[in-house]
Amino acid sequence: MSAPIIGITFGNTTSSIAYINPKNDVDVIANQDGERAIPSVLSYVGEDEYHGGQALQQLIRNPKNTIINFRDFIGLPFAEADVTKCANGSPAVEVDGKVGFIVSRGEGREEKVVVDEVVSRHLRKLKSAAEDYVGSQISDIVLTVPTTFTEVQKEALKAAAKKVGLNIIQLINEPSSSLLAHVEKYPFNEDVNVVVADFGGTRSDAAVIAIRNGVFTVLASKYDTHLGGDELDAELIEFFAKDFEKKNKSNPKNNARSLAKLRHNAIITKKTLSNTQTATISIESLADGFDYHTSVNRMRFELVTNKVFSKFSTFITDVIAEAALDPLDINAVLLCGGVSYTPKLATNLEFLLPESVAILGPASKNASNAPNELCASGAALQARLVSDYDAEELAAALQPAIINTPHFPNAIGLLGAQGEFHPVLLPETSYPVQKKLTLNDAQGDLLISVYEGKHHFEEKTLDPPPKEAKKEDEEDEEWSSEEEEPEVVREKLYTPQTKLMELGVKGVKGLELAFNLNKGGVLRVTAKDLKTGNVVKGEL
Amino acid sequence: MITLPPLTSDIGVNVNTSAQKPQSVSRPVEPVGRYFLQHAQRTLRNHTWSEFERIEAEKNAKNVKQSSVDPDELLFDEELADNTLLVHDPKDWKTADLYAAMGLSKLRYKATPEQIIKSHRKQVLKHHPDKRSAFGGLDQDGFFKIIQKAYETLIDPTKKAQYDSCDYQSDVEPPQKDEKYDFFEAWGPVFEAEARFSKKKPIPSIGDINTPKKEVESFYSFWHRFDSWRSFEFADEDVPDDSSNRDHKRYIERKNKAARDKKKTADNARLVKLVERAVSEDPRIRKFKEEEKQERERKKWERDAGSRAEAEAKKKAEEEAKAKAEADAIAKEAAKVDKKKLKEAAKAAKKKNKRAIRGCAKEAGYFGDESQATTIDEQLGFIVDSLDDEQLVEVAEKIKGSPQAAKETLQGSAKQLVESKKLPAAIVSYFVN
Repeated sequence: MSAPIIGITFGNTTSSIAYINPKNDVDVIANQDGERAIPSVLSYVGEDEYHGGQALQQLIRNPKNTIINFRDFIGLPFAEADVTKCANGSPAVEVDGKVGFIVSRGEGREEKVVVDEVVSRHLRKLKSAAEDYVGSQISDIVLTVPTTFTEVQKEALKAAAKKVGLNIIQLINEPSSSLLAHVEKYPFNEDVNVVVADFGGTRSDAAVIAIRNGVFTVLASKYDTHLGGDELDAELIEFFAKDFEKKNKSNPKNNARSLAKLRHNAIITKKTLSNTQTATISIESLADGFDYHTSVNRMRFELVTNKVFSKFSTFITDVIAEAALDPLDINAVLLCGGVSYTPKLATNLEFLLPESVAILGPASKNASNAPNELCASGAALQARLVSDYDAEELAAALQPAIINTPHFPNAIGLLGAQGEFHPVLLPETSYPVQKKLTLNDAQGDLLISVYEGKHHFEEKTLDPPPKEAKKEDEEDEEWSSEEEEPEVVREKLYTPQTKLMELGVKGVKGLELAFNLNKGGVLRVTAKDLKTGNVVKGEL
Repeated sequence: MITLPPLTSDIGVNVNTSAQKPQSVSRPVEPVGRYFLQHAQRTLRNHTWSEFERIEAEKNAKNVKQSSVDPDELLFDEELADNTLLVHDPKDWKTADLYAAMGLSKLRYKATPEQIIKSHRKQVLKHHPDKRSAFGGLDQDGFFKIIQKAYETLIDPTKKAQYDSCDYQSDVEPPQKDEKYDFFEAWGPVFEAEARFSKKKPIPSIGDINTPKKEVESFYSFWHRFDSWRSFEFADEDVPDDSSNRDHKRYIERKNKAARDKKKTADNARLVKLVERAVSEDPRIRKFKEEEKQERERKKWERDAGSRAEAEAKKKAEEEAKAKAEADAIAKEAAKVDKKKLKEAAKAAKKKNKRAIRGCAKEAGYFGDESQATTIDEQLGFIVDSLDDEQLVEVAEKIKGSPQAAKETLQGSAKQLVESKKLPAAIVSYFVN
C-alpha cells in the first residue's frame, strides 16, 4: 500500500474523514481535538483561525466572525443561494456574484472571503488532521457530495480541493456512499430496494436505491434544506426558553448571546437523550444573570419535537412515493446522519412502515451503530477500490456510456408448481446481468416456464382470532375487545404476465438455472443438470 | 425454494418470440462499489460472463493463497522428527536434539527468535501435560520438560551459540573421497554449515565453475584464515557447588577447560584439513593451474617468435619454388595433349564434310540424272579431293539445303576449281556444263 487511502465526507454541519488502516479496516479518524464528526465551522479571532469544535465554541461570543453552513453555497451564484441558514453565524454577503463572508482579522481590518476559499481552508484543515493521524502525505481522496450537486458545483469543489493539494479521484453521492459502507459490513445477500435517509444538521436527503446484483441504482431522491437536527434544536430551545421565562420572567431568545448559549446546551442535551432516558441542562447566567438548571426526560423531548419527527417520517414516505413504489416494495430503510441517533426516529418509522421493512438505525443489530460515520466510511471503501485502478481506467469506467445502463422495468421469473410466480430478476434490474439459481431438490422431468411478471397489492382482512371461552371475568373481556378490530394486511403479490419461454428438462437431479440478460436485451435461460451436466438453453 | 411444475407435454425449448418486451428505461447506476467496477470492466473489455467468472475465480484463488498461510509455519516440522525424544530422560536433556524437540529440525541454527517463539508455542499446545493426560496418557511430562529446556536454551543468544557449537547434526559431511560428485553441489552445503561459526561477516560464497580466479582465491584465503567462535562449553561436565569441595570443583573446572581446548584444537585441525581437501578437489583450481601452464607455454612460444619466423619464411620460399616448377610441367603436358586433340577433331570434321559432299548427290537423287550416277559420284570425288579445308566447310554447309541448292553449289565450286586450274574441266564435266 503506497499512498494512504482516504475518504472524506463534507457536510454542512460536520465533516468526517475515514481511512483504510493497515489492517484493511475502515477507521473514521479524529482530529487533534478528538472529534470524529468535525464541525464544518471556521472562526476568526484576530489573526487566528479556528476550525472544528473550537470554532463552534466561538459561535457564542464571536458569531459575526464564525462561518457556518457554507457547504451548499459552493459554485452557486448568490441569487440562488439560501443564505438564511447562516443567520446564526457570519452573515453571507455577495462577493463577485458568489456567496462570501466578511470576517474581521483584528485592528479593524476586514477580510472578504469567497465561499470557494472557505471550502479550501476547511479542506486544508481536514487534510492536516488526516495527515497528523496517518503520518504521511495525503493527495488522493474520494469525496462525497449530495445528489443535488450540479456539475458546476462539483467542478468548484474539485478546484477548491486542488488548491490545497487534494486530488479528488472520484466524487460519489452521499446516499450511495452510506449504503456502500453498510453493505460492506452487513450484506443483503439478495436484490433489495433500500431507502437511504440522511438526516443531517440542516438538511435531509433521502434516496431510494435499488440494489441489483450489487449494483446500485438511484430510483428517486429527495432533499429538504429546512429539515434536520437544527429543527429539533429549535423546538427544544423554544421549550427551554418558555420554561425559563416562566421561572425567571426573562426571555433568553431576546438576547443573541443567550440564545447561542442555549442552543449550544440544547444540542448537548439532545445528544445525551439519544443514549439516556433523562438529561440535565444547566447554564450559568443564561439571561439577565439568572442561571438555568433543569432536567428533561426523553418522553418530554419526544413530545416537544413530535412535529419534527412526523416531518421526518413524511419525508421518507414522500420519497418512496416519488420513486413510484409502495412501502411494501421497500426492504429496508438505512438511517444515517447525526439525527439517526435519536431512537424516536426509528420507532416512528417502524410504526409507519410495514413490518417487512427493516429499519437500519443504530438500534438495529444489523446496522452500524455510528450512522454519522457511514458516509465517510463508504467514501474510504470506494477509495480503496479505485486505488487499484489508474486514472485512465477509472475515467474509462466512469464514462456515461457505462454508467447509463438499461434497466428492465418488469420482473422476470419462474412459474412454480402451483402456478405461482417466483421473481428471479426483480423490476428495475440493470442489464447486462446474470443470475444463477440452484435448485438442489429438483428431480425428474420438469417444466421451466419463464414469465414476465407484474406485482400488485392485495388487501386482506384478517378475521379476528376466535374469542376464547367466556369463562374469563369482565375486565379481561373488555381488555381483549380492543384487539378484535379486524386487522388489514396488505400483501405484495406477483402475477405472471407474458410467457417468454418454456424449457423442458428430463430426468434431472438438481438443477442450476442461469438467467442472462445481455447488452442487447436478449434473454437467455440456461438450465444445467447438476448431476450429468446436460444443458438446455433458450434464447429470446 | 421453488418447486417446479412437472413436465406434462414433450417440450424441448419453446420460445415465445412474439412476446412484446416492455421498453427498457435507461438510468444511471451509481458508480460505487465492487460490483459497479466489475460491471465497468466487463463492459469495457467486452468479457462474457464465463470469462468474467473465470478471471474472478483466479483472483480469489490467488488472494486465498497469499493470505492464509504464515510462511514460518511451513518451515516447522509437521510431526516430531525423532520419536525417541518422547521417552528421553529429561535429566539428560543436554543429549537430546533440542531443535527436533522444538519442531525446528529443518531450520536448526537458522531459526530466528520469532520462529523459535512461534514453534515453542505450537509445541507447548501440542505436548502440554494437561493435554496429554486429557488423552488418557500418564503423568509423563518428560518431553514437555525437554521442550521447556530447549526453549530456554535457544531463546538466549549466548546459550544458543553454545548449543549450536555442539550441534553436530547441523554439520554437513564432505563427500566420500572415492566417489564421483559435483564439486559445488557437494561442497556448497559443507562450507555453508561451517560458516555459521564465522566471526567475520559477510561470508564469501563458493561460487560456481565460472567464478573468476580472484574471487576463488579470496574464498579460500577466507577459509584458510577462518576465525571461529565455536566453543564447547555445552559439553562441559557439570561443575559441583563450591560448598562441598573447592578442590574438586577446581579440578572439574580444569578438566572442562582442558577438554574444551582439546576439542577446539581438534575442530580447527579438522577445518584446515577440510579446506585443504576442498582446494585439492576444486575443479577451478585445477583449471587455473592448467591455464597458468598454457599461459607459460604461450609466453615461451612468443619469446621464440623471431627465429621461428625466419625458418618459416625460408621453408615457405622453398615450397613455393617447388610448387611453381610442378605447375609448369603440368601446363606443358596439358598443352601438348590439347593440340593433338584439336588436330584429330579437325581431321574428323574434314572427313565428315567430305563424306557429306560425296553423299549429297546420292541423297538428292543425282539431281534427276540417275543414269549418270557413276559419273557424278566419280566427279564429286575429284571435287572433294581438290577442295581445300575452308572450301570444304563452306560447301558442306551450303549443300545442306534443297537438292537444287546443292547442285548449284557444287557447280560453283567445280567452276572455281577449273578456273583456278586445280582440275581440268573434263574431269568435272557434269558440273561445269
